[in-house]
Amino acid sequence: MTGTPSDERHSTVPPPASEKYDVEAGDAVHPGRPVTVDRYSGPARFNHWITAASLVLLALSGMALFTPKLFFLTALFGGGQWTRAIHPWIGVVLFFSFLGLFFRFWRANLPAREDVDWVAHSGDLLAGHEEKMPEVGKYNAGQKLVFWSMSGLIAVLITSGIVMWDQYFYPFTTIEQKRIAILVHSIAAVLAICVWIVHVYAAIWVRGTFSAMTRGHVTGGWAWRHHRKWLRELVARPGNGRNAPPHSPAE
Amino acid sequence: MTNAWTDIKNTDLVVIMGGNAAEAHPCGFKWVTEAKANRGAKLIVVDPRYTRSASVSDYYAPIRQGSDIAFLMGVINYCIQNDKVQWDYVKAFTNAAYVVKDGFAYKDGLFTGYDETKRDYDRSSWDYVIGEDGYAVVDDTLQNPRCVWNLLKEHVSVYTPEMVNRICGTPKDKFLKVCEMVAECSSKTKTMTSMYALGWTQHSKGAQNIRGMAMLQLILGNIGVRGGGMNALRGHSNIQGLTDLGLMSNLIPGYLNIPTEKEKDFATYMSTRGFKPLRPNQMSYWQNYKKFFVSFQKAMWGKAATLENDWSYSWLPKLDVPSYDILRAFEMMKNGQMNLYFCQGFNPLQAVPNKAKLAEALGKLKLLVIMDPLETETARFWENHGVYNPADPSAIKTEVLQLPTTCFAEDEGSLVNSGRWLQWHWPGGSPPGEAKTDSAIMAGVFLRLRDLYAKEGGAFPDPIVNLDWRYADPKEPKAEELAKEMNGYVISDVMDPADPTKKVLEAGKQLASFGLLRDDGTTASGCWIFTGCFTEAGNMMARRDNSDPDDTGMYLKWSFAWPANRRILYNRASCDIDGKPWDPSRKLIEWDGAKWAGYDVPDIAPTAKPHDVGPFIMNPEGVSRLFTRGMMRDGPFPAHYEPFESPVVNVVAPKIKGNPVARVFKDDLSQFAETASPEFPYAATSYRLTEHFHYWTKNNHVNAVLQPESFVELSEELAKEKSITNGGWVRVWSKRGSLYAKAMVTKRIRPLTCDGKTIHVVGIPIHWGFIGAARKGFPANVLTPFVGDANIETPEFKAFLVNLEASSGPATS
Amino acid sequence: MFPPIPNPSVDPAAAKARFSDADLIRRSASEITPPAQRLTEVAKLIDVTKCIGCKACQSACLEWNNLHEEIGISDGTYTNPPDLTENSFTLMRFTEWVNPETENLEWLIRKDGCMHCEDPGCLKACPSPGAIVQYSNGIVDFIHENCIGCGYCIKGCPFNIPRVSKADHRAYKCTLCSDRIAVGQGPACQKACPTQAIVFGTKEEMKGWADFRIKDLKSRGYANAGLYDPPGVSGTHVMYVLHHADKPSIYAGLPDHPRISPIVETWKGVTKYVGLAAMGFAVAAGFIHHLIAGPNRVSPEDEANAERLTGVAPSGSTPSDGHEAGRTT
Repeated sequence: MTGTPSDERHSTVPPPASEKYDVEAGDAVHPGRPVTVDRYSGPARFNHWITAASLVLLALSGMALFTPKLFFLTALFGGGQWTRAIHPWIGVVLFFSFLGLFFRFWRANLPAREDVDWVAHSGDLLAGHEEKMPEVGKYNAGQKLVFWSMSGLIAVLITSGIVMWDQYFYPFTTIEQKRIAILVHSIAAVLAICVWIVHVYAAIWVRGTFSAMTRGHVTGGWAWRHHRKWLRELVARPGNGRNAPPHSPAE
Repeated sequence: MTNAWTDIKNTDLVVIMGGNAAEAHPCGFKWVTEAKANRGAKLIVVDPRYTRSASVSDYYAPIRQGSDIAFLMGVINYCIQNDKVQWDYVKAFTNAAYVVKDGFAYKDGLFTGYDETKRDYDRSSWDYVIGEDGYAVVDDTLQNPRCVWNLLKEHVSVYTPEMVNRICGTPKDKFLKVCEMVAECSSKTKTMTSMYALGWTQHSKGAQNIRGMAMLQLILGNIGVRGGGMNALRGHSNIQGLTDLGLMSNLIPGYLNIPTEKEKDFATYMSTRGFKPLRPNQMSYWQNYKKFFVSFQKAMWGKAATLENDWSYSWLPKLDVPSYDILRAFEMMKNGQMNLYFCQGFNPLQAVPNKAKLAEALGKLKLLVIMDPLETETARFWENHGVYNPADPSAIKTEVLQLPTTCFAEDEGSLVNSGRWLQWHWPGGSPPGEAKTDSAIMAGVFLRLRDLYAKEGGAFPDPIVNLDWRYADPKEPKAEELAKEMNGYVISDVMDPADPTKKVLEAGKQLASFGLLRDDGTTASGCWIFTGCFTEAGNMMARRDNSDPDDTGMYLKWSFAWPANRRILYNRASCDIDGKPWDPSRKLIEWDGAKWAGYDVPDIAPTAKPHDVGPFIMNPEGVSRLFTRGMMRDGPFPAHYEPFESPVVNVVAPKIKGNPVARVFKDDLSQFAETASPEFPYAATSYRLTEHFHYWTKNNHVNAVLQPESFVELSEELAKEKSITNGGWVRVWSKRGSLYAKAMVTKRIRPLTCDGKTIHVVGIPIHWGFIGAARKGFPANVLTPFVGDANIETPEFKAFLVNLEASSGPATS
Repeated sequence: MFPPIPNPSVDPAAAKARFSDADLIRRSASEITPPAQRLTEVAKLIDVTKCIGCKACQSACLEWNNLHEEIGISDGTYTNPPDLTENSFTLMRFTEWVNPETENLEWLIRKDGCMHCEDPGCLKACPSPGAIVQYSNGIVDFIHENCIGCGYCIKGCPFNIPRVSKADHRAYKCTLCSDRIAVGQGPACQKACPTQAIVFGTKEEMKGWADFRIKDLKSRGYANAGLYDPPGVSGTHVMYVLHHADKPSIYAGLPDHPRISPIVETWKGVTKYVGLAAMGFAVAAGFIHHLIAGPNRVSPEDEANAERLTGVAPSGSTPSDGHEAGRTT
């Protein structure tokens, strides 16, 4: 195989500044058989599942109002009136909940050099040749894409959603603006659902992933296989382990 | 109205001036839209404001409020100068040819005989020359310089288009366009109708405004014809009925007069009521006065009214002043000359000028009795409502009794509309709570009074204890009983003089027409003009047959119109001197060689030959009057007088302020702004809005929604000058009071230029008060001057002076 | 005079509904089979040139529909309340307009309210089955029990008519008095109008009457008088006679060329289908990929490598550095 730009990453020199965010607070390696790696802290998982639940509810209620074929879904929410009333409030929950996730994850989701390589090899990944992929940090480019597109879409959804939220915001915009908002909201929602499908599918397809968000840790093998750079960084940290302190300025 | 609402559809030109039919009479206005649709009629609106009537007009001309006479005399001048006169009509049916006494003249705004100290005229010279035959002298050639026509021509000559512009502010081109359109109706086949209301009556020369248009209509040959006439639009569903039934201090029902104190006995009273014809053959219908009067007395006092006691003439009150009109009543109240005021279906604290004076006056009463279906400001005049009614209850000793009455929709009876139709109505709902009909309350008061007089005697018990009270339930006379009494009935059999075995009238029967009334005590009629409304054939007012042969708009089988079910007054004048219709397409009645017949009830004896008897049968002349003799206090011709508060000096008579004979009380005089006062620079007018009816509908939620809060209207120019923003608060004040309202800055009011001076008009709707569902506000009478028309004392609500400024609104604490 | 609609019989037997759910031609968010034959199309004609702005129609509307509007304030116009609300289905809008050709002021008074479009945008936008229906006589009616209060009808409407109540969160607008029409009466506003500025009948009759009125207006110098029956919404069942039919927008913003907004058309059209397809595709792609590629499992080698990396001797399998080695330069 030919050399890739990522090849140079395999040195033992400390990672460049841009990569120091790959390790998030609470990440830790626990040697053992098997190795376990703490990937998501309790609060992060809680935050995630709140977001996930809101997103699912929003998708269901939103789609009920999006197309008559799915209007029956309003029954899940106690009927059309409840669906209409509750959807924007769930949106608010989603927004703030996602905002929490955003502040937790945004640094680790900053672009890294290997992302380009990763994207270039994404076809290999899907084809089952993960060995051809560059080593990536806590998140690969696909996950980052999910993160950033969700961030962008949720920003669009909350903004357009407020414009459409007649109960409280009717007087502040024109009807034409509301029409645009509805169109934008529905397109953004479709995209968000598609991204969500990708996200969920990836979690299903990549076995061993669920435990990251359920129990908070993954196996070392999982980390080795999918986020080797992250694992290396964790291991390379002085005093790594459960009780390893986070990076400190003294370091 | 001389004509009927339904007849307006027959016109070619509607002139709305001195009124705002679309806004104030929206239901009747449908007939204007009918005229437009059916005959292609045009609508002219002349008004200080571009009103909702103007919004559907074909032509609009602005005018300064209070200058209508100058405008109308200007139109007459135009018609005379341009020979736009229906000559055959004018010569045959008006007093144009009558020669006037030599003493009569007009100079510097005054007619002959003025006495400044009395503010009155000696009117003896305002009359015709009477010839040796006892009849008025006429010159059919109209050559005599002293004939009415030539006097009129001279009188109106000053009102040139330029002069009209100087006085009225109406641009010359607009005035001339109106003249042109009006003058077209001098054709025999074109008619114009005049629709007016309080915009003409509520002036110190209101009656003369109306005279002005009546004269124009006569010159155009438009009185008595279909689609013509002088049509007073009555604002209240039954205000026509009010005047018909003589609810004025100087009238008894049917336009008969209350005697004056000089008329000590019946013979004296009747001596001035001979109504001898002024021309040969004329009907002079008032010659029947005695029949109407005696029948009225019989309706009042029944058996007690006898030939021997002059039909109880002495039981009628006698006037010591021309009238106890509402202005005089409040003046007296203020002066402590009135103790008890029975206020029935009236809200004078809002409806009479100068609210501060009214409140002071009401506070001097001992007892105020309110009969009304609604809570009124008058009933609560003593209550403190902050700036809206700054009364001090602790200082007011007046006792107020409120007697709730039914409203029109809760009781049975008749309403007389503008077209003199007596329309019966039935209750649509039950009265709330303890509300009683007005007649039940009055009956209750009467019965107790009668008992008291019977028991205790008194200074003058006769008229009370002898009152004829023939109702099945004395405590509550029924509407039908009252209507039957009004119509009249036969008291005792009357035999045919030619055949004593034949009964002409049978005792106990309802009379069929006022022609049957008699002055010998055998008939009774409460209101002679209503005779025929409830006959042996039943309740004619309840008829609802809307058939209308040949679509003439007469609807003779719908309700009953006084007099004698006649729909168009003076309808004989719809035909030429030979009895043929001026306009065959607008035939109303016609002479068929033996009698008058047609679509309407002829306003003449059916067999009166056309050349013999004139169409204006109520006048001793048999013709109509361009010159009204001494019958109006302020002149036989209308002359332009400024309102008592005017932004400009009277151009045609600079020395004269207001109407020289209008009555002014001393205290009120000091409360008028100076002419062209810099302190009060703006010309204000008050008016009604479609959304409200006087001060009633602010009690109703829906009306309050449609027009929730008081406002004043002013031009964009004035708003700019005074830094007033649309929808912001303004304070408006006159020499009598001050109010706050929202500003409505509009293009519909434009400044006028009168004699080189810019006149800003300020419009003030009247409807708000401190009671009701709508927002609290000020009624317009906070500002208006306490002066009325010289003849009938209708207050001058339409023209007065104010100042105004932007404001932060009334203090809310 | 347009022949007035006679009062209905008070005989209960005569009180037979003239139309019902069987006459629906459109039902929001539903697919229905329209009746084989349409009822005669009805229309209300509002002759702005005969209107005197008396607000009797507004009053009648409030009364007949038993609506309780709030008592507002005076904001310097005759338009009260200032806008349509869930309680004011109709509103007189007053505009002071100076005609640039004549320099004369014209006070334009237009009765605003639902136009009952032949192609109703509200119905198109409505997501709730049966909340908006259209009868084959043309009346577009809101069925409040099915309304969810989303306000999409507001966005669908080219005339800015529906209003959602803050109290019960349901959309309201003029019903064309479908309850009165159903028993042979005219709408309440038409009944109350004193000048026949509002007339009601079949759409054909109304067009004929409008022609008569327009002829009269042209004879009075209104060269551009005409009928407002906008083709952009396939015509309406409430039409206007305008003196200046060439400039509808001078009448308090009556749209010159109303049509359902292309944005709404896109939203309810292509977006809906493409969106559903996209989501379906995403799910399907996942399935297919999973079927073809199978799960991505962590191998024991991966675990071993991790153990080795953390300094724990891997158990079981032979350490494999194949992968690792392959990647090492």
